[in-house]
Amino acid sequence: MEEKPHKKKKPRGKARLIAGKCIACGARCQTACPADAIEMNEQGEPIIDIEKCIGCHKCVKVCPASALEMVFTPEEEKLLTEMAVKSIIEEDEAEQKKADANIKSWRGVWVFVEQSDSKAHPVSWELLGVGRTLAQDLGVELSAFVLGSKIGGLADEAFAYNADKVYFIDDPLLAQYRTETYLQGALSLIRKYKPEIVLIGATGLGRDLAGAVATEMRTGLTADCTGLTIDKNRHLLEQTRPAFGGNIMATILTEKVRPQMASVRPHVMPKPEMQPGRSGPVIVEPFLLPADQIKSAVLEITPLLTEGSINIGAAHVIISGGRGMLNPDNFKMLFELSDLLGGVVGCSRSAVDAGWMLHERQVGQTGKTVRPKLYIACGISGAIQHLVGMQDSDYIIAINKDKNAPIFEVAHLGIVGDVFDVIPALIDKLRTSGARTVS
Amino acid sequence: MAKKKELHIIVTVKQVPDTHEVRIDPKTNSLIREGVPSIVNPEDRNAVEEALSLREKHGGTVTVITMGPPQAEEALTEVLAMGVDRAVLLTDRAFAGADTLVTAFTLSQAIRKLEPCQLILCGRQAIDGDTAQVGPQLAGFLNLPQVTYAAGLTLKDNALTVERSLEDCIEKVRVNLPALVTVTAEINQPRYPSLFNVQDACGGKQLTIWRAKDLPVPHEMLGLSASPTWVKKIFAPEQGKKGTVIPGSEKEMVKILLEKLKELNFIQ
Repeated sequence: MEEKPHKKKKPRGKARLIAGKCIACGARCQTACPADAIEMNEQGEPIIDIEKCIGCHKCVKVCPASALEMVFTPEEEKLLTEMAVKSIIEEDEAEQKKADANIKSWRGVWVFVEQSDSKAHPVSWELLGVGRTLAQDLGVELSAFVLGSKIGGLADEAFAYNADKVYFIDDPLLAQYRTETYLQGALSLIRKYKPEIVLIGATGLGRDLAGAVATEMRTGLTADCTGLTIDKNRHLLEQTRPAFGGNIMATILTEKVRPQMASVRPHVMPKPEMQPGRSGPVIVEPFLLPADQIKSAVLEITPLLTEGSINIGAAHVIISGGRGMLNPDNFKMLFELSDLLGGVVGCSRSAVDAGWMLHERQVGQTGKTVRPKLYIACGISGAIQHLVGMQDSDYIIAINKDKNAPIFEVAHLGIVGDVFDVIPALIDKLRTSGARTVS
Repeated sequence: MAKKKELHIIVTVKQVPDTHEVRIDPKTNSLIREGVPSIVNPEDRNAVEEALSLREKHGGTVTVITMGPPQAEEALTEVLAMGVDRAVLLTDRAFAGADTLVTAFTLSQAIRKLEPCQLILCGRQAIDGDTAQVGPQLAGFLNLPQVTYAAGLTLKDNALTVERSLEDCIEKVRVNLPALVTVTAEINQPRYPSLFNVQDACGGKQLTIWRAKDLPVPHEMLGLSASPTWVKKIFAPEQGKKGTVIPGSEKEMVKILLEKLKELNFIQ
């Protein structure tokens, strides 16, 4: 009863755009406005009609760039400070309670262990590493779930990499990945055991599966996260990922639906230390889709090794050579280095034009656009047509004699030196130090 | 007597900012959008090209659909000029702010309104978000089998043979129609818009605009409010060491390189 006169008296203010902060996110504020007070200009920025604005704050809350604020007259300001923000806090608490009730039945952090021929993809263990931290911060269990055929051997490995519990569906029908069968398997586990967080490696297979699972669960899925943390107050997963080609970072929440799903690309999270001897419960569930009910439209799968047809676009590590390699023989050291780092050899257009390398390895505008985790440019000056094909790589190392070479403009680490000194020395060090590739 | 079903292919496209041109203003921490051109997402153009070449071989029609602000019409004009038969623009305030799930849902509702199709082609991913999620999510809402990352496809007797480009192999898959396929840039070289088609496209006859009221769903199921994910904040990435150049002796350089490779978790 007391609330009502309060609300009438309480100054609500008017929304205002903070100059230069709008990112033209797609008219979220306009969508949120119940009073039709917002129009968008050609740059995608809001124009607020203060006559129409009812001071509801909705646009301010919804703005991802914090580009909107409420403005008050000095008299209003004074009144506001007098009236404590008690009512707002109460409102928030009520909302919180309601949401909590809906989602508290979902508990635990799950990591999908991707395998083929009973061998796990290393991204699975990387996810168990970050999953451990998330589970600790939430005070819940960390579980691994595995789908496949004859996968029993993966349980010990999952425990050694942090899992408290392992869920299996082991069935011959899951021997080969198919969206339909893996989707059914994953859904049956998730629906039965209700994890609050599901992490999946953003590999080809993982992205194919994650989208399908999230759709059936009608839940949020955040792709290619580079940061995963817990909002400890609200028990929410904070999912940070790059957008606009890495020019901007966004932190994304899935507040009201469970599970919270995120994918992470290989090599983004560090692989945890193995702890042999750790153990825990293994829960085995049946695969419930009978063979004759599988309407799978996939009739034939013929894996082809990429012998002779190298796919540099899919590689996580690319060692590229350019005109500075001087002749095709010198590329041998790049192949040696790429073997040591688990990568592939690419090249610039000059190397192809000179006939040293095949076009399938060419990076750039007229070749492939690549975004590996690591790109090492050796003796490449960095013509713009090459740069556009590789500048979005996560980490770029350039080795070139010419300190003014444009490649250094995009390199995270630039080495001014002779590739014929640096590369052999690096290969030598890698061999003698016994360093091995992580994947 | 029922005549043979004519092939109808639907292609989804997205108008995106050319992300190579997007930069952050270091002072205001906001996106610099002035002069940033909007383009048809590159891999969506590959999907359009694939649909057109299938039409050339097998006959039929190609419909392109997009969701976006009113200016996304430019993207449709471009694909009409490439030669597609019909284009549908979903634009409405109620659609704004949709995440991938709700975008896929909205597209699925519009696609159900169109003539039944045998094949849906999507680009693998859009360059502004890189999620690769809308294709699989659309397949989910339409109950279609999905085949992702197609680097080649052939259609014969109502079945597609698709070469999927995966990390370490090319996987050959056969799938019966109807199906949804997402394509990669490797699949073809998109044709240029033709002047002849441009004239047609500008006539506007093949362009349909649908608003939220044209779809059989309540507004609560659309746009930002229906989306499970929510962007809490946006910020500039930590400045990389771009441009840092390390001179020094060969030994020092190699030492730095090794440390970096360890730090980046490539070797241990």
